Amino acid sequence: MNYLFPVVAVFIVILMFLPLYRAIKGPTLFDRLISAGQMGTNGILVLVILGFSYQRVDMFIDLAIAYALLNFIGTIAFGKYLERHRGGVS
Amino acid sequence: MVQLIITCLLLAGGLFFLAVSNAGVVRLPDFYSRCHAVGKSETLGSMLVLFGLAVFNGLDANTWKILMILVFIVLANPTATHIIARAAYRTGLQPWIIAKRKMKTETAQIENQTPVDHFTMPDKKHE
Repeated sequence: MNYLFPVVAVFIVILMFLPLYRAIKGPTLFDRLISAGQMGTNGILVLVILGFSYQRVDMFIDLAIAYALLNFIGTIAFGKYLERHRGGVS
Repeated sequence: MVQLIITCLLLAGGLFFLAVSNAGVVRLPDFYSRCHAVGKSETLGSMLVLFGLAVFNGLDANTWKILMILVFIVLANPTATHIIARAAYRTGLQPWIIAKRKMKTETAQIENQTPVDHFTMPDKKHE
């Protein structure tokens, strides 16, 4: 029972290698962008689960909130920039 | 004890949907279908995992923070996916079916006149 949260965290970290493959080898730029966003969402879950594993939830929850905000704002900024500047190519 | 059982069930469901989403990003053939995998399955898996953790925590001040992260992910993740998909559509990224049909019907001369997409890698262009 004590190993529940580390096992879940390790499973999610193993799952994060699949979007990493798509972010490295993805054929288009948007594939890489969306894979980075998905890795960020998985990272939020890993942060919250590690907070339960270390039994210091209050600190890790604040880190997870800040990381969620940064992930969303970064994705929005990249999307609006690529939409305005025609994929950075013009 | 009932709390722990509910937590284990919700975590198992959430990990299943996260595995489906992360496998769909690798396995699906097109950018727009990958948007489908990221936008919906990832959101549902995150919801289930965070709700299971909130059930495990009990009723506390941290529970409301976890539910706040849950509501923010539910609002933000499909929005970000939608914005990237809209940017891809407006910059002229072709869907998979249309590109395949155009490859099948048109001649090689008209294929040379189609605008070069700047998004693909140079070694992956004629795959």
